[in-house]
Amino acid sequence: MKKFLIALLFAPLTVLASENVHLDKAPVNLQDYASLQRGARTFTNYCLTCHSANYMRYSRLQDIGLTKDQIKHNLMFASDAIGSRMTIAMRPDDAKKWFGMAPPDLTVEARSRTPDWIYTYLRSFYRDDKRPTGWNNTVFPNVAMPDVLYTLQGQQVLKDAANGGNADQPELVLAVPGKMSAAEYNATVGDLVNYLAWMGEPGKIKRMELGVMVLLFLGVFFILAYYLKKEFWKDIH
Amino acid sequence: MSAMQKMVGWIDDRFPLTSNWKAHLSEYYAPKNFNFWYYFGSLALLVLVNQIVTGIFLTMNYKPDAKLAFASVEYIMRDVEWGWLIRYMHSVGASMFFVVVYLHMFRGLIYGSYRKPRELVWIFGMMIYLALMAEAFMGYLLPWGQMSFWGAQVIISLFGAIPYIGDALSLWIRGDFVVSDATLNRFFAFHVIALPLVLLGLVVAHIIALHEVGSNNPEGIEIKKHKDPVTHFPLDGIPFHPYYTVKDIVGVVVFLMVFSAIIFFAPEMGGWFLEPDNFIPANPFKTPEHITPLWYFTPFYAILRAIPNKLLGVMSMGASVVIMFFLPWLDRSKVKSIRYRGTLYKLILTLFVISFIGLGYVGTKEPTPTFTLIARVLSVIYFAFFILMPWYTAIDKTKPVPERIPE
Repeated sequence: MKKFLIALLFAPLTVLASENVHLDKAPVNLQDYASLQRGARTFTNYCLTCHSANYMRYSRLQDIGLTKDQIKHNLMFASDAIGSRMTIAMRPDDAKKWFGMAPPDLTVEARSRTPDWIYTYLRSFYRDDKRPTGWNNTVFPNVAMPDVLYTLQGQQVLKDAANGGNADQPELVLAVPGKMSAAEYNATVGDLVNYLAWMGEPGKIKRMELGVMVLLFLGVFFILAYYLKKEFWKDIH
Repeated sequence: MSAMQKMVGWIDDRFPLTSNWKAHLSEYYAPKNFNFWYYFGSLALLVLVNQIVTGIFLTMNYKPDAKLAFASVEYIMRDVEWGWLIRYMHSVGASMFFVVVYLHMFRGLIYGSYRKPRELVWIFGMMIYLALMAEAFMGYLLPWGQMSFWGAQVIISLFGAIPYIGDALSLWIRGDFVVSDATLNRFFAFHVIALPLVLLGLVVAHIIALHEVGSNNPEGIEIKKHKDPVTHFPLDGIPFHPYYTVKDIVGVVVFLMVFSAIIFFAPEMGGWFLEPDNFIPANPFKTPEHITPLWYFTPFYAILRAIPNKLLGVMSMGASVVIMFFLPWLDRSKVKSIRYRGTLYKLILTLFVISFIGLGYVGTKEPTPTFTLIARVLSVIYFAFFILMPWYTAIDKTKPVPERIPE
């Protein structure tokens, strides 16, 4: 353990660093409630079976314009109380057995990974028979997670040097179409990532609104403080 | 006699209220020529109060338990009324504390505020800085994120480099073979009570020492040399209250504007104040790709990594902080302030500033061969600034210092 730590301290870390992949810009707009609501639906339908959001309460979804009834009837599948957290039934030990690791909690995932990363990642799965799940990902190579959204996006394959593509710029090509067009799928993932960004810090918009008020107050305070100082100091040379 | 005067009189018969008020505020004479750099002392005090007050409220909901800590921070951020504001005030406040303290120390450097008779003011200040580093390091473990955990793991393991007792010492600090619940619990105890007590005591000592000798100023002239023959107050001094209290209020408001802008619009400061990896709960089995301390430690971390031998690296890192204590005795210049120093000193000081900021930057980067080389060059400059100081300050051509503060 200690040798390993020393190695970490002194060895170049570049070998451990992941490749720099190009990330697409995620369409994050925390004031677009319709998008956040669509994202919340996708999240509870597709993500919230394996991934928990343990620090997030269902009731907080009222902040993006949903009523308690809408939340209860459309987004809560178990008969939990509205104030309960977005937990999952899957036990971490079972998950470890099935996937090799427990899927991470997603409450603050957008704050560690960034929305751009998640947006690109969810659109970069491809078929790979060498993987136990049958799926691989260009943003997160050999990821344990299978493509959960393939019925929507369709199935992509990777065109690289091995199958007649460009070795330097491997391309993802849609081999089997899904229920959605490329534009529809991008919009769906965009909404989902928008929701994840919002869930990472639900109070962000309120925080910024308050910040404007605080700075305005301090601006007035500054003028008063400045002239008070000037008045006191007028005789000092 | 009014009721107010009567009450003050009653207190004065039992407690030195008026005499202390006079000694430290209304009749504490400070030089009249304080400039921009003199705001940071009072601002450091303000940030200290901010950290203590927000810290008290955070402890009301924080759980120092490896199983609960991360969740309790998110609970504060989401479910506690105004919890997010208190937490951001505390986390941004930690970084701003170092911003303010670094600027405050730089002020001392350029105007020679550490020189005789202010050696103890400087020594107490350095002790505050050391205590602050320990306070920040232990506080950073508490959110129990990946960087909290691995940062602590790496830094505590450095004690293992000490011959013979190293392993036992790091084991004793952690209370376990790896950073664990035991470590979190004791760091919490140190962070919320032990070190704040030390800090407060040192701040009092710093101010008492300062008020004993009087403040330096941008000219580096001793105002006590020319006193009013009748009142015995320094001719170039003005009472701290009300002059510097009203002036410091302006500084406080400007500081609060910067502080608030960060808290409300960029509390993570692009990963510089809150690292992205710290939004992942601590996982002892998964090492992050890239472990870096927060920005205020990176100059010293860069010096540590610049040296290929672990023990020598740790010693150099320690020496880079300890050497600052000796500044009052390393400086042999005839003058205090940079305003009367020669080109040589200004040049070397500029190199020192570049080396400190450069080391801070390199310390956040992966140690590629290029960055390691840069870190080595900058480390040499950093130490040369101190080690060669007796020589270059003695031969530096200085300008004559006036008797009185110029109009």
